[in-house]
Amino acid sequence: MKILTANRLTDGEAVWFAADGTWAETIDAAETVGDKADEARLEAIGKAAYDNNEVVDVNLIDVSLVDGAIQPLRLREVIRAAGPSNRHDLGKQARPAAGAA
Amino acid sequence: MYRYDEFDHDFVKARVADFSDQVERRLAGEITEDQFRPLRLMNGVYLQLHAYMLRIAVPYGTLSSKQMRMLGHIARKYDKGYGHFTTRQNIQFNWPALSDIPAILADLASVEMHAIQTSGNCIRNVTADHFAGAAADEVADPRPYAEILRQWSSVHPEFSYLPRKFKIAVTGAERDRAAIQTHDIGLHLKKNDKGELGFAVYIGGGQGRTPMVAKKIRDFLPEQHLLSYTTAILRVYNLHGRRDNKYKARIKILVHETGVDEIIRQVEHEWQALKDGELKLPEADVAAIQSYFAPPALTARPEGDEAVKLARLDSKSFGDWIDQNVFTHRNPDYAAVTISLKGIGEVPGDATDSQMDAVADIAETYGFDEIRVSHEQNLILPHVARADLKAVYDALVAIDLATANSNLISDIIACPGLDYCALANARSIPVAQEISKRFASLERQRDIGELKLKISGCINACGHHHVGHIGILGVEKKGAELYQVTLGGSADEHTSVGEIIGRGFGPDEITDAIETIVDTYLGIRLDRTEKFLDAYRRVGPAPFKEALYASEAKAA
Ligand code: HEM
Ligand code: SF4
Repeated sequence: MKILTANRLTDGEAVWFAADGTWAETIDAAETVGDKADEARLEAIGKAAYDNNEVVDVNLIDVSLVDGAIQPLRLREVIRAAGPSNRHDLGKQARPAAGAA
Repeated sequence: MYRYDEFDHDFVKARVADFSDQVERRLAGEITEDQFRPLRLMNGVYLQLHAYMLRIAVPYGTLSSKQMRMLGHIARKYDKGYGHFTTRQNIQFNWPALSDIPAILADLASVEMHAIQTSGNCIRNVTADHFAGAAADEVADPRPYAEILRQWSSVHPEFSYLPRKFKIAVTGAERDRAAIQTHDIGLHLKKNDKGELGFAVYIGGGQGRTPMVAKKIRDFLPEQHLLSYTTAILRVYNLHGRRDNKYKARIKILVHETGVDEIIRQVEHEWQALKDGELKLPEADVAAIQSYFAPPALTARPEGDEAVKLARLDSKSFGDWIDQNVFTHRNPDYAAVTISLKGIGEVPGDATDSQMDAVADIAETYGFDEIRVSHEQNLILPHVARADLKAVYDALVAIDLATANSNLISDIIACPGLDYCALANARSIPVAQEISKRFASLERQRDIGELKLKISGCINACGHHHVGHIGILGVEKKGAELYQVTLGGSADEHTSVGEIIGRGFGPDEITDAIETIVDTYLGIRLDRTEKFLDAYRRVGPAPFKEALYASEAKAA
């Protein structure tokens, strides 16, 4: 299973492509895809957003669902989705859970 | 201290204006990322995992109070209240928005700072001994030469597109505190038997995936030839350095593949054509730059010895701090102070905005307005009267920066690692924090003695792991973090690259492994005066391997 991620051009914020067509600031909102055709579709969306100067550093990443929640396979992406593991007061993990709920 | 001249002012201002315009056009979508990326890198702007990162140059690690306050201001206003001092004597901010960077650069320019040449394949910030101009064992202050190199190399048209980045370090003492043998060029300022100043020149040192100790190519280069000789080296490198493979593009590979004797021949040949030309430094120019670095007027403060003696009687922790973090100054009434940015369990090299402000105040009140950033990720007050040490100590206690651990096992160098860095394979900071906590007792640390532990989150080696007495390298294995340990590295005048001791350790095992290594050392040292590195060099890896892996070997 894969999702599309990038960093927003203006402030570098890590973002994920959501089913509603926006770039969401939390990973929970990401659209997950399971087959080659959908992966290609997301890749095309990523390339268009890059070309359109919305985002940079666009990547399709591997995830799985753990108790219904999106969980990246690589630690790198877990840390991108949360914030520095040594500073829980920084990054997305420090924000009120409202957005995630 | 060096002050910008008109040229510098205008140049930095023009650069801020250029880059502001480029950022604006980028945000407006008028230039693409492919066009913008090299421009932002030329101005110190990287993209990390969570945000952009801005790397600001601190030439030869020297800062005034005013500049330090500005860094505090930037941390507070545009970032998240802290900054990270790095092994390149620079500072990095981890969270700036791209749209704020022009304003940050304008603020920096107002205190004669910038982020130019902190990235890219150019000559980077020249680093220097952090005790330069203060150390008792120094022949002369190496910073004027670092400044001459800075001026010469800034937007140098011939050397702005080298095969790869190029790093120069200088020291003015026999005891190398600037790790010069791990740099592309290392310069050791010394005197010949006629009392003239010159340099021992080393080239081809480096870390990264192919660590190499620099080779000495000249024992004494008279000071007036600094730029002609450096130019000769760079010309040889620029012409023959490998541009076909990024991993083989550093000068260390050229030196290695060409052979030292042949490189010396080529450099000397180039130099013959240059040495009596316009690059020869006029004495008056050197003197003019030196005058910028004239030491502060250190008035006699003979009451220092008595004051320190009394304060010691009063406070054991002050005594511990004096023993560990205070370094001998060339003026016996003064001392150089290491402000540890390695509080137990803290992030190596991080300082908060209010700590920056407070350090600026302390430097202003007691330290002639001078602060240094060390490559070991600490701050230094190079000139403090011994009579003021207690006051400085008390002020540092108040901001939690008085940990008496300079050169001890918790004085760890660690790169940002996977908590921030887009290139990382594993985390560095939490490993440093856990080791620091495990060895929290200062009494135990002092018993262990000098031990330099250095951690990098990938093979790029920004955390200097290759030259740690104990080095830790984070790698990724089957999606998990794994830490490889090297022993016996060193970055002083007897530089050596550490040797891998055996299979790596998981995040839950690494601290135990370090403790096993330390206990093994304590068991084999001849006495307390035999340091970890000396003991390792005497006995080699065998007892450490035995202690770390013997039980596995038996089980297998
Ligand atoms: C965005 C963050 C960073 C990136 C992308 C980065 C990138 C790199 C790369 C690619 C190398 C290997 C160069 C080579 O082998 O040719 C390297 C080396 C190095 N970096 Fe970094 N680095 C980062 C942060 C840092 C930090 C925070 C420090 C200081 C703490 C630092 C200091 C160094 C040093 C000392 C070396 C090894 C010396 C050498 O150039 O051989 N870097 N870095
Ligand atoms: S060593 Fe690797 S992980 Fe650490 S800062 Fe350098 S590039 Fe990043």
